[in-house]
Amino acid sequence: MVSIRARFRLSYPAFTLDVDLDLPGRGITAVFGHSGSGKTSLLRCIAGLERAAGGFLAVNGETWQDGARRLPVHRRPLGYVFQEARLFAHLNVADNLDFGYRRVPPGERRVALEQVVELLDVAALLDRQTDRLSGGERQRVAIARALASSPRLLLMDEPLAALDQARKQEILPYLERLHDELEIPVLYVSHSPDEVARLADQVVVLAGGRAVAQGPLSETLARLDLPLRLGEEVGVVFTGRVIERNAEWHLARIGFAGGEVWVRDGGAAIGRSVRLRILARDVSLARHRHDDTSIMNLLPATVIAQAAEDHPALALIQLRVGTTLLLARLTRHSLSRLALAPGEQVWAQIKAVALVG
Amino acid sequence: MLSPADLTAVWLTLKLAGTTTLVLLLVGTPIAWWLARSRHWATGPIGALVTLPLVLPPTVLGFYLLVLLGPDGALGGLMLAGGLDLLPFTFGGLVVASVIYSLPFVVQPLQQSFAAIGEQPLEAAATLRAGPCDTFLAVVVPLARPGFMTAGILGFAHTVGEFGVVLMIGGNIPGSTQVLSMAIYNHVEALEYEAAHRLAAGMLAFSFVVLLLLHTLKRGRPW
Repeated sequence: MVSIRARFRLSYPAFTLDVDLDLPGRGITAVFGHSGSGKTSLLRCIAGLERAAGGFLAVNGETWQDGARRLPVHRRPLGYVFQEARLFAHLNVADNLDFGYRRVPPGERRVALEQVVELLDVAALLDRQTDRLSGGERQRVAIARALASSPRLLLMDEPLAALDQARKQEILPYLERLHDELEIPVLYVSHSPDEVARLADQVVVLAGGRAVAQGPLSETLARLDLPLRLGEEVGVVFTGRVIERNAEWHLARIGFAGGEVWVRDGGAAIGRSVRLRILARDVSLARHRHDDTSIMNLLPATVIAQAAEDHPALALIQLRVGTTLLLARLTRHSLSRLALAPGEQVWAQIKAVALVG
Repeated sequence: MLSPADLTAVWLTLKLAGTTTLVLLLVGTPIAWWLARSRHWATGPIGALVTLPLVLPPTVLGFYLLVLLGPDGALGGLMLAGGLDLLPFTFGGLVVASVIYSLPFVVQPLQQSFAAIGEQPLEAAATLRAGPCDTFLAVVVPLARPGFMTAGILGFAHTVGEFGVVLMIGGNIPGSTQVLSMAIYNHVEALEYEAAHRLAAGMLAFSFVVLLLLHTLKRGRPW
């Protein structure tokens, strides 16, 4: 049974966490929500760091907690990456990595220490004291340390939140490698749409201590009814495949379910699977095809539905291109001028497509 | 140089201070841990009780211990009934009294360093499969090392220098309860100022070295 069943109810003075989740037991599941939505509390309940009496938790067939008993934190085969690394100051990097590794009985180990060191590229840091590491290095060591304890579930609590943009970009490729090379289910808490778009396979959206949406990333992001306010970051993510690379213009043609788009060539080889992200603000609509425009990507689409945006001037339109859903953000004025109704054919003009891994 | 009697007093003092420090670290560590971590209402009263020797005249403490442990005292009576020897005027009695008297000097530095460690490394250790005892030995003790050093040094030095409690509970029996401070007092009473000087100057130098050591310890290492 490849799933994570988690049911917790925990009251704080300010809010109540009340979730009943059935999450896929593989891949990266983003736990997404604004600060104060209960993301960290949920993760801490799963780790056993918060005592949620009467909760239930089973990870891929093993019950970690039910009404009758509750495994203490150190008996749960999990890895936890905290926001602030939390390396042991009295140990150097090698001993930090070894801390969890040697506490796992040899028969239960699933990764070698060398493999973890290689995966996160920390070989050069092993002899260092932890106070001689940069923020990005600290977080890489923390991730390696968690992996070295052969977790059957990896919990990551905003591991990049304390880092600046450059450091984030430095860590993200390692997280992607983790996703590609290890078969450990990951719960990844984040409030950054960027990270979610890049890493997650599934997403759970928390608001006010409750799970308000859950599902595969593409479907969930394309939903109009999500009580989730992403503001400028509203958009969709889907996968495609590199079909052609144009050396003269440094562009790559990506095919996806329902069409093709040109993007800046990111170096991915032909045939490689890539992730595309299109923000709603970068999609405009026209009733007729306009070729006299600088916009390269014009896709025939069908209007599915519309919803109000935060600002009264704006509206969000859900479109279908083949089997792929897109979101477009228009002013309500434009919407009324075009007189668009569900089922109608339009041209989606896509100003920017980002390759996100 | 020192007379054989004085040497005996010095040796007895070191033995007393060493034993007391060992007992203090064993007893003080769990108390300090509990005081630093628990949110139980009793931490207030117990904390105050442990700190009491800081403000109480040693003679008051010694007096009550003498009463409590004497043949008519609650504990003394119990010990007699259990077939044990009474503690007053024995080396064992000195250890018990010194432990109580020096308790705050060990508990407070430990409590402070335990509190400074905070929750975070403990949670991290738990997620890395370390149980509570394992975490204490592998994470808390090394992180609190300066606290343990300070506690040990203060406990030792404070026991070496005590007088009032010893006088009350130990008496002045050479080879058994006559410690350095008593020996100095005896010399002064007998107007043997030179002998008193030798011991007193030694104590002065010792105390200075201890404080110097503590100072270096605090500045030396960041953890």
